[in-house]
Formats: sequence, structure tokens, C-alpha cells
Amino acid sequence: MAEYHEAPADATAAQKLLNWVDNRFPLSKLYNEHMGEYYAPKNFNFWYIFGSLAMLVLVLQIVTGIFLTMNYKPDAGMAFASVEYIMRDVPGGWIIRYMHSTGASAFFIVVYLHMFRGLLYGSYRKPRELVWIFGCGIFLCLMAEAFMGYLLPWGQMSYWGAQVIINLFAAVPFIGPDLALLIRGDFVVGDATLNRFFSFHVIAVPLVLLGLVAAHIIALHEVGSNNPDGVEIKAKKDAKGVPLDGIPFHPYYTVHDIFAVSIFLMIFTAVMFFAPTGGGYFLEFNNFIEANPLKTPPHIAPVWYFTPYYSMLRATTDLMIHILSAIVAIAAVLAIVRGGFGAMGKVVIGIVAIVGVVLLNYFDAKFWGVLVMGGAVIVLFFLPWLDRSLAKSIRYRPDWHKILYGVFVFFFLVLGYLGSQPPSAAGNYISQLGTLVYFGFFLLMPWWSRIGTFKPVPDRVTFAAH
Amino acid sequence: MSDQQIDSSKRTWIIASSCAGAVGAGFAAVPFVASFQPSERARAAGAAVEADISGLKPGEKMTVEWRGKPVWIVRRTPEQLAELSKVDKELADPESKRTGFSTTPEYARNDWRSIKKEYLVVVGICSHLGCSPSDKFVPGAQPSLPNDWPGGFLCPCHGSTFDMAGRVFKDKPAPDNLEVPPYMYLSDTRLVIGEDNKKA
Repeated sequence: MAEYHEAPADATAAQKLLNWVDNRFPLSKLYNEHMGEYYAPKNFNFWYIFGSLAMLVLVLQIVTGIFLTMNYKPDAGMAFASVEYIMRDVPGGWIIRYMHSTGASAFFIVVYLHMFRGLLYGSYRKPRELVWIFGCGIFLCLMAEAFMGYLLPWGQMSYWGAQVIINLFAAVPFIGPDLALLIRGDFVVGDATLNRFFSFHVIAVPLVLLGLVAAHIIALHEVGSNNPDGVEIKAKKDAKGVPLDGIPFHPYYTVHDIFAVSIFLMIFTAVMFFAPTGGGYFLEFNNFIEANPLKTPPHIAPVWYFTPYYSMLRATTDLMIHILSAIVAIAAVLAIVRGGFGAMGKVVIGIVAIVGVVLLNYFDAKFWGVLVMGGAVIVLFFLPWLDRSLAKSIRYRPDWHKILYGVFVFFFLVLGYLGSQPPSAAGNYISQLGTLVYFGFFLLMPWWSRIGTFKPVPDRVTFAAH
Repeated sequence: MSDQQIDSSKRTWIIASSCAGAVGAGFAAVPFVASFQPSERARAAGAAVEADISGLKPGEKMTVEWRGKPVWIVRRTPEQLAELSKVDKELADPESKRTGFSTTPEYARNDWRSIKKEYLVVVGICSHLGCSPSDKFVPGAQPSLPNDWPGGFLCPCHGSTFDMAGRVFKDKPAPDNLEVPPYMYLSDTRLVIGEDNKKA
């Protein structure tokens, strides 16, 4: 407990007021810790704007969401009409709705870029593992928000998209069908489902999301920001204990971020005014038709931000199971022949591999497809321990790592494209290759990230004043 | 604090009361989890429905709603019925023996999967992820289908294909044939879906 501080005799009224508050609530302390005396590395580049932008979009989504809730009816009989009512009859309703729908896509663009920044510069490495894990939690919450929010307009894509995703849970062996029933609250996606998704979308998930955002920022400000060179600025401090390469967040990065916000808002409003449907990618055309439980649209695709994972789901057919079985077998043989395990360890690996292959072929490909899709997101949580490279930042890693990152991004985009297209044989083979590349990139990282000639990492950040 | 003795009796009681509290919290969670289940109203809505098939011409399909799901009644042509036995080798479960997704009723466990050979009655929901497949009754090559397509159904979501008896083709995402609901004929032209004389 802090002692009571008297304000100096010559203090102004404002200073006295601040002093009064500071004695009761750590206002100045919080401001200094997170803004005025939070020292961020001075060499931030373009990639470092997306954290602030994500925060901006979060606020935008919450504010527009509050106003949409005032006119929206979470009732299967009225939902579709109430959204059209917002669009046509509520003054300013269309712009609020388009802000919210464009904001959803903008959120994912910003967050994907934010995550890729982390990948480039090793921002998840020790001691920032929890920053990364909270971030992955935020990503999961965002996906839940997006999925449940997409049901609310009660269009054809809302309905059939939800139908497909909820049926994913039904693929879980033994408890699946009951689990799906528990999620839907009815034997089909219906009014009960819409109502509970509304509840989750507007209150339950946002509460968790806000908690995780707070944890993400508190953890970040505890350990300090990483930077494009991946060197710890706290290792070199001046006499006052301020990092030599650090600059206070305010005013330096607040101004930097306000500039980014201006550019972002130009692009955002351009999309919102001139292409709110994003060519059918942000708002799918079929969603302008009211949900009809008796008729599936000719082509169902999720919104673009889910398509890479959706491709992986579709790619997991019986053929893929055979490939996966072969990979498990080869990995086990390699581990037994080449790995430094004792006799006991080798037996265990052999048994695990056999059980794995048997299970792969015992359960439906559908169930494994669901696991592959979920695993694609869950694997991100383990990134801090998968990456064993000697340098955090891509700048000081072997050049071929850059090529590998390029291949990974390329296949992620290809998976995203294929997931938005109708199924085809060729597309399926490419998706299978893409799925293997995606998982290979992460699961083989403990090995490949150590190979190659690393460049010397400097003691201080590289920075040229401009 | 460190020079004090640990009062193990107090500690035991703290642990015991924490456990009791956890059990209480567990019980308190029951009504919340239970509220996720289908309501009594939703359960009551699952009654059987009747369908009149007198107007159905050969090659036509009609859809009736049962438990919020589309149930298809297809009157198959002799040519379509003739195709059924030819495709057996390309099917995952030609004799409808699987029970994973749904158990095919005894009276439909035949090559044509129905009580009366001409009329197919199936739930029009793909066994993969619950999309409703589209009609592709015309045989031959067309987009998303093989060149020797015998006629049947195509699921637009993930490309699963089914023959004219709702049986799934091999190596497709769908793990099982289309579900045959319990049904029975009240007369030659009226049937009831959701009930059969086996169970009731």
C-alpha cells in the first residue's frame, strides 16, 4: 500500500486533482507503465503497425455491434428481415452494418499480418511465449466470433455454413452426435441455435476476448516488445535504467500508429463504401437469400478467412489417410533406426506408431479431417517450442529459411483460394500437398530451423535515422 | 509467518471445504449445461409426417419436411433401376450394412434401398457434413462428375456422390449412404415418414 502523497503547495488545480486520484487509483502509474515510460525498440518497421490496428478494429467492432444489437432480432422468423430493415429503414443503419461486416474481414487481414510479423521476427521466442499464447487464444476467440456472427443474418450461407461446421463436431467418435445436438439445441439448426449463437456472439466470447487482449498487452509490457533484429534492448541500459535503444511509446509510437491508422481507414472506408461485399469474399452473394433448410446452395464456401482450414478439411480423404499412415510409419522407422533411443524407447515408439496407424484407419476420414482442421490452429500454440533456430529474426537466419517461409505463405494462400472454390480432383491433390506443407513447416521446425549458416546477430538494433 | 507451525488440522479443513465448494459448483453447473439440450417444444416437434405420392411421375422427385430435414421421395425409372446393380463395385457400402451414421431399416437393406422398388425414400442430408445434395439424374459427363456418371446425387459442399439409391461412391468425403428414415405405406399412394410398423 502506497503512502499518502500531499501535492506541493504551488500545485495547480489540475495537478491537485491528479494527486487526489493517484492516491486512490494508480492512474499516473498505469499511464507511465503502458504509455509514457514504456520503452519500445526504436527500429520498429511497417510490420509493427498491426497490433494497434487490431485494437482499433476491435473497438470498431464493439461499437458497431452495440448499435446493430439495438435493431437486430435473434429469431429465425425475423432475423433475416431485421438485417434488411437495418440496411434499408434504419437511418445510418447500412453504414453501421457494412462497418461491422467489413470490420470482420479487416480484423482477420490485420491479425494474419500481425501473426506473420511474429513469425518473421521470432516474437514468440523466450521470454514472449505467453504473449504469443494469449495471442493465439485471441485468434481462436476471433474465429468463434466470426463463425457465430455469420449465422446471425440468417441467410443461406449463414445457415448452411453453420450446418457444416456444427456437423464437424458430430464426427467426434462416440460422443459426436450428442455433442452436435447440445450445440444446436435442436435436431436441426434452428431458432434455438440462432438464439444461443447470438448470446455467445454479443456477450460470452467478447468478454473472454477482452480478457485475453488485456492479458496479451500486460504480458507484452512486462517483457517488452521484440523488434526486427530480434535483439533484447533491455540488455543495454543507460544510467537511469532506460534501454539505450528504447523510445517511449508516447509520443513516438502513438504518432507512428496514428499515421498507420489514417492509411488503414482510407482503405477500410474505400472498401466499405465501394465494395462492401468484397466481390463475394467479405459477404457472400448467397447470403442475401433467406435461409432455407430444404435447399442447399449449389456451392458452399466459408468466408475467406476460414478457407485455408476448410481446404485442409476437404483434403482429408481416404487417400490422405493412406499418405498420413505412411508418414507415421516412416517417421517411426527413422526414429527407431536413427534416433538415440534406448531399447525401451524404441519399443514404445513402435507401439505408438502401430496404434496411430490403426486408429487412422479405424475412424472415418471425416473425423481426421476435423482433427486436421483443428490441429492447424492448435499447432500455432506450440510455435515457441517448435522453433529452435539460433537467431530469432529472419534477418539473421540462413537465406533458405526465407524461401521456406515463402513456400509456406504461398501454399497457405493457395489453400485459401482452393477452399473458396467448388471441389475438383486437381484442387484436391493440391490441397493435400498444401496441407502436408503446412504441417511439415510447423512439425518439422525443430529440425529444419537449426540447419544452415546463421549470420552474426548484432549487440544493438540496426537503425538509421531518417 | 515462517516461524509459525503449520496447523495441519486447519489445512485439512480448508482442503475439505474447498472440495465441498467445488462439488457444489459442479452441481450448480448442471442447469446451465442442461439448458443447451433441445427444449421440450423442440422434442415434441419431431412427429411423423404423411406424404401423398399419387402425383409423382417416373423420374420425378418430391421433398417433404420431417424434423426440419428434407426427405426425398424419388420415383425411379426402369433405366435408373437397371443402373443400380451395375455400380456395386464403385460403392463404399453397396449392401447398406454400415451402422455408423444411421442404420438402414431391414426393409430397405436391398439393392434399391426401399420398400417398393420404384420409390426411393431417403433423408436428403449428406452423411458428411449435413449439406443437402443436388439432383444429378441425367447420366453422362458433366462438371464435378466422372465421365461415366450413372445418374444420382452430388453434394455441392465437398463433392460426395451418391447413386440413385442414395448409396455413396468410394473415396469420397461422405462416410456413409444417405439415411433411410423409418417409413411405411398407409395405402398405395400415401406413406408416412417417421414411423414404421417394425418399431411402434
